[in-house]
Amino acid sequence: MKTVSLTIDGNKVTASEGDKVLWAALDNGIYIPNLCALRDAAEPAAACRLCFIEVEGCSKPVTACTEPVQEGMVVNTKGANALRLARTGFELLMASHPVDCAHCASNGVCELQIIARHLSIKLKSKRFRKLLRELPIDSSSPEFVYDPNKCVLCGRCVWICRERLGIGALGFAYRGFKRMVTTFGGEPIAESSCHGCDECVLACPTGALTLKDQHGGVSRAQRQKDPQPTAP
Amino acid sequence: MKAAELPTIVSTFRDIKDRAESHWRELRDNSKAVIMVGTATCGRAAGAMEVLKALRDEVKKRNLDCPVIEVGCMGHCYSEPNVTITKPGYPPICYAHVNPVIAERLIKEFILGDDPCLEFVLAAAEENDLVPSFSDFPRAQYEKKVVLKNCGQIDPQQIEHYIAHGGYAALSKALQMRPEDIIDEVKRSGLRGRGGAGFPTGQKWETCRYAAGRSKYIICNGDEGDPGAFMDRAIIESDPHSVLEGMIIAGYAVGARYGYIYVRAEYPLAVHRAEIALRQAQKLNLLGKNILGSDFSFDIKTFQGSGAFVCGEETALIESLEGKPGLPYNRPPYPATRGLNGKPTVINNVKTLASICHIIENGAEWFASIGTDGSKGTAVFALAGKVVNTGLAEVPMGTTLRQVIFDVGSGIPNGKRFKAVQIGGPSGGCLPESALDLPIDFDSLTDAGAMMGSGGMIVLDEDDCMVEIARYFLEFTQRESCGKCTFCRLGTKQMLEVLDEITKGKGRIEDIDMLMELAQDIKAGSLCGLGKTAPNPVLTTLRHFRDEYEAHILEGRCPALMCADLITYYIIPEKCERSCDACVGTCTVEAISPNKQRIKVIDQEKCVKCGTCLTACPPQYNAVIKVSPPSEVPAPKKGKTRK
Repeated sequence: MKTVSLTIDGNKVTASEGDKVLWAALDNGIYIPNLCALRDAAEPAAACRLCFIEVEGCSKPVTACTEPVQEGMVVNTKGANALRLARTGFELLMASHPVDCAHCASNGVCELQIIARHLSIKLKSKRFRKLLRELPIDSSSPEFVYDPNKCVLCGRCVWICRERLGIGALGFAYRGFKRMVTTFGGEPIAESSCHGCDECVLACPTGALTLKDQHGGVSRAQRQKDPQPTAP
Repeated sequence: MKAAELPTIVSTFRDIKDRAESHWRELRDNSKAVIMVGTATCGRAAGAMEVLKALRDEVKKRNLDCPVIEVGCMGHCYSEPNVTITKPGYPPICYAHVNPVIAERLIKEFILGDDPCLEFVLAAAEENDLVPSFSDFPRAQYEKKVVLKNCGQIDPQQIEHYIAHGGYAALSKALQMRPEDIIDEVKRSGLRGRGGAGFPTGQKWETCRYAAGRSKYIICNGDEGDPGAFMDRAIIESDPHSVLEGMIIAGYAVGARYGYIYVRAEYPLAVHRAEIALRQAQKLNLLGKNILGSDFSFDIKTFQGSGAFVCGEETALIESLEGKPGLPYNRPPYPATRGLNGKPTVINNVKTLASICHIIENGAEWFASIGTDGSKGTAVFALAGKVVNTGLAEVPMGTTLRQVIFDVGSGIPNGKRFKAVQIGGPSGGCLPESALDLPIDFDSLTDAGAMMGSGGMIVLDEDDCMVEIARYFLEFTQRESCGKCTFCRLGTKQMLEVLDEITKGKGRIEDIDMLMELAQDIKAGSLCGLGKTAPNPVLTTLRHFRDEYEAHILEGRCPALMCADLITYYIIPEKCERSCDACVGTCTVEAISPNKQRIKVIDQEKCVKCGTCLTACPPQYNAVIKVSPPSEVPAPKKGKTRK
C-alpha cells in the first residue's frame, strides 16, 4: 500500500493512500471529535457532523471522516470555521441529551464529556432550547439497559450488530426528530433477535447502552476493548 | 454506430412515422369534429372525468361520428375542466370550467347545431375572426413552449400522436450520431439540470460516459415533492414520451443499458401513463433490443417512490431504488461515477430529459439562443397561491418575476396587494416586491437568497404572514428530514421551536440573531441538499421582512393578521346592525351574544378564533374585524348581555 505524507496541525504524518484524514489524525495522536465514524465500515456514515476540519485550498470546512488523505495536504483541525460548526453540532446534540452525568453509568468514560472538554463547551449549554423526547427505557435484556433518550444516533451499535455480527437486532426507525435506534417493530430487546453479546454496549459512546451487572456502568477496562480510539 | 446500420434506422423510423401520421390524419381529416378533454390530475380534480363521460354518453346516444379523446394539461389549470372542440369550419375552440350540463349543450348546440356557445369559451387555439385566441392573452408574448409544447395537444396514451407531432425523430437522429457528438451537442446547448441545482447536464453525461464500469444507468427523477409544485407530474401525465425519448438518448450517449423512471406513488396517473408509454414504445422497438435496428439496446422501468421528500435528493433516491431506506449519503462519489448498484448513473429531472429531444432536433445553437448568458432555454413554473391564473407556464430564462406573476399569472386576485413570491419550494426563499424585476435564472435567484428550485412558485399577498410562511416551510422540511445528520435533525427542530414561539408572541429579540447564526451553520454543516437549503425560507424572510419578525416579538402583533395567537376578533359596535344575528347563529362555540342595545359582542374567553363570524357578517355591515395585538380591542362596557 502506498503511503502519503500530509501535515495535520503542523505535524508531519504519514497515512496509507485512500485512508481518510480522521484516521490519519487519530493514529497519530491528534484528536478530532467524532461519534459516528467506524474504521471498518465500507462507507463513512458522515452523520454526526462533528469532525470538521479545514484543508488548505478548500474554502469551506469538510468532514475528516469523508476526506481522503492526499500527498502534501495541509490540515488544520483547530480552524475557527471548523470549530464553529463542530461546536454548533455538538451543542445541538447536547440540547437534546438529558445531562445527568452524576447518575449516569457512563460518567467518566462518556465520549460526550471528552468532546465537550476538547471543544471547551459546557455540557449544559444555554444557547439552544432543551428538546427532550422522554422515550421509555428498555431494560428487558438480562445483559444491558437501553435508554434511547441518551442516544446520539451515531449508529455504531447498529453497524456492529448488523454488519460485523450479522445479527441485525438493532436498526434505525422513524424520520427527522423522531429517528431512533430500536428493534424490529419496536419490540422489547429481550424479545428481539438479540443474542446478548454486549458488543453494542461496548461500542456505544454515551450512556444509552449500559451493562446491567455493574451498577457503576461500563468499566474503563471494557472501554479499552472499544474499537474506537478515544482522546489522548 | 456502424455505417451499415444507418439506412436501417432511417427506413425503420420512416415506416413508424408514416403509420403514425396516417393515424393522426384519420383523426383530424377535417370531415368530422374532434373533442379533446384535459384529463391530467388538475382536470380530474375539477371534474374532467364526469365531463368526459357526459360527452362520450351523449356522442353514443346520438350516434355521432365524433371522437372524444383524452389529452393532458394545457397549463390553464385555473380554468379546468378544459374541453377543446375542433369542428370543420371553425378554429379549435377551448372551453373553460366545463361541467356535464355544459358538455351536453356543447354537443347539442355546437356539434349538432352551429352555435359555438361563446359564453363558455376560454379562447381559440388559432387566430381567427370569431373568438379571441390564446395568442391575444397578455401571457402569450412572454410564454415560449418547448417542454410543454405537446401538453394538452395530444393524447398521452397514444404514441402515434406523439410521433405525428415530431416525436422520436430526435432519437432516430441521435442514433445516427456518435455518442460523443450527442454529449457535445448537449454541452454546447448550455442545458442545466432543471431539478433545482442547475448542474450542467452535458458535463454530468460526460462524467458518466467516461466513468469506469460496463453497466450504467439512467434515472429520471420524478420525485417531485415541493409543496405547490406540479410541473413534473403534468409533464409525465401529458407528454410521457418526451421524457422517455430524452432517457433513451441519454442512455445511448452515456452507454447505459437500463433506465428507471422514479415517480412518487402519490402520482398514480403519472405512473399509469408512463407505463402505457413504455409498453407502446417497446411495441414499436423504440425501446428494447436493437432499437430501430441499431446495435443499441435500452430498457426502462418505472419505480414508485413511497413519498419521502428526501428521496428527491439523488443519493437518497438511489438508496430507495436499491430497496434500502431513503437516506442520503456523502458525495463524492457522485452518482455519475458511482451510483445505482455502485455503477455510474445519470440522474436527471423530468424537465431536463424532456428538453433533450428538442436540443437534438433543433440543435444546440437554437437552444442556446433562448435564455440568458448563464441559463439557457426555458423555465417551467407551477404558479400557485394568490395568483389569478394558477397553472403551468413556460417562459424563456431571463423573464422577470413581475412578468411571470402579473402578465402570465394576471396578478393577485380580489384586489389584494402583492407581498412576496416563494420560489424554489422548501429549499428556496421568499422574495419581496423589490425583487420582482429580477430576471429568472439560476444565478440571479441564488444571489437573491432564493433558488431556482424545480419550478414551484407560490405567490403571497398582504394577508400572508411571512413568519408563519417561514414556519410552515420549516415544519415541512423538519417533518421530511430523514434525521440522519445532526444539523438537519436537531438544527431545523431548534429553528422550528423558535419560530413557533415567535408566531405565538413568545419570541425574544435575541432569537433573531440565534436563528441567523444557526441557519448559517445548518447550511454549512448538513450532509445533503435538504439540510443545506432548509434554512433558506427563514433567512430570506429575515432578510426582506425583518420588520414582521420584530412586530411579532416586540409588539405581539401580527401585521398580516394571520397568527391566531396574536389576533382577536372584534365587532365594531357602530357598524353592527341591531336586527342582524348572522354571526350569533354561526358561532361554533356560542361566544357571541347581543347586549342590551342588540349590538353583538364577542366573549373573548370563549372565542376559539375560527373566523366564522367574519365570513358570516354580511358585506353591507362588515362589522367583524381582526385586531392585532389583542390588547388593542376596546374593553367591553360593563353591563349584562341579554340572554
